[in-house]
Amino acid sequence: MPNIPVVQHILSANDQIAAENRALFDASGILVLNLMASPGAGKTSVILATAARLPAAMRPGVIEGDLASRIDADIIAARGIPVTQINTGGGCHLDAPMIRSALPGLPLADLNLLLIENVGNLVCPANFALGADLNVVVASAPEGHDKPYKYPGMFAAADVVLLNKADLIDVFEFDLPFFERGLRMVNDRAPLFLLSCKSGAGVDAWVDWLAGPERLAGPERLAERWRQR
Amino acid sequence: MHELPVTQGILQVAVETARQHNADHITDIHLVIGVLAGLVDDSIQFYFDILSQDTLAAGATLHFRREPAIAVCGQCGRQTEVTPPLLTACPACASPRLTVTGGRAFYVDSIDID
Ligand SMILES: [Zn+2]
Repeated sequence: MPNIPVVQHILSANDQIAAENRALFDASGILVLNLMASPGAGKTSVILATAARLPAAMRPGVIEGDLASRIDADIIAARGIPVTQINTGGGCHLDAPMIRSALPGLPLADLNLLLIENVGNLVCPANFALGADLNVVVASAPEGHDKPYKYPGMFAAADVVLLNKADLIDVFEFDLPFFERGLRMVNDRAPLFLLSCKSGAGVDAWVDWLAGPERLAGPERLAERWRQR
Repeated sequence: MHELPVTQGILQVAVETARQHNADHITDIHLVIGVLAGLVDDSIQFYFDILSQDTLAAGATLHFRREPAIAVCGQCGRQTEVTPPLLTACPACASPRLTVTGGRAFYVDSIDID
């Protein structure tokens, strides 16, 4: 009864397709964001507020992951942003094959930024690579300051954290230093931005970072940066 | 419910490896899963028993090795094993300056074959 060493990531089939997605995004010069959050944190609002403030050179498209409805996709389409919908039919996360299947629904040649709204859930989306450049974790003040302690896997996977509804920090007695300590326990590199999609406060700082030279300096730079990874 | 695709992944990795070694049967699958990966062992075993029918891995036993997550205190250096929800202060000196490492492993370590 020989023992065969394997040491292979459990979701390596998904990872393989994620790598193919990434290669396609790379070749197309598209910066891709995977937005993850619990339900109600305001992922769709973040997408709309972000898109509204992007520099003119950035041309966004959106993939909406949702359990069943296309309400969010319709709101985004009404703003004139190319959007395609994935209904997971009850599935609690997006995976790389779903993204691959959704891509023909977008005018990729016209885009250089793709925002993927994952299913509202702070557990499993972190396990499923999509081929994105940046994991964007959206938290919100009304959810409470203990989220990084309860969902450390998700916050550890973040490349950037947005604290939405920051205008409600006092109302909900949200302990920002406590939240930030929890985040830093598992993640010392992801920048944290406080914003309010309602008032617009803080959105510019996040967009300036997103549109900064490190992340979007034209498709050639992007491709160069990807090759270096 | 993400245990279903995770279990499919386990089965796929194991069966592929067994085929490469011309095995007739997989008797055991050894997994390493971090405590921060958010997975329920019982749920994986449940799906596995259904999915593995009519495969090389039918009836195989799953073994879970939990990779711990360790909180290291920035004040006194004390190391504490943690699971979610994480602790908010060092149990030795009460400092909130903690750094958590490990706990995110997620792989098939080895299989036993006939
Ligand atoms: Zn201590």
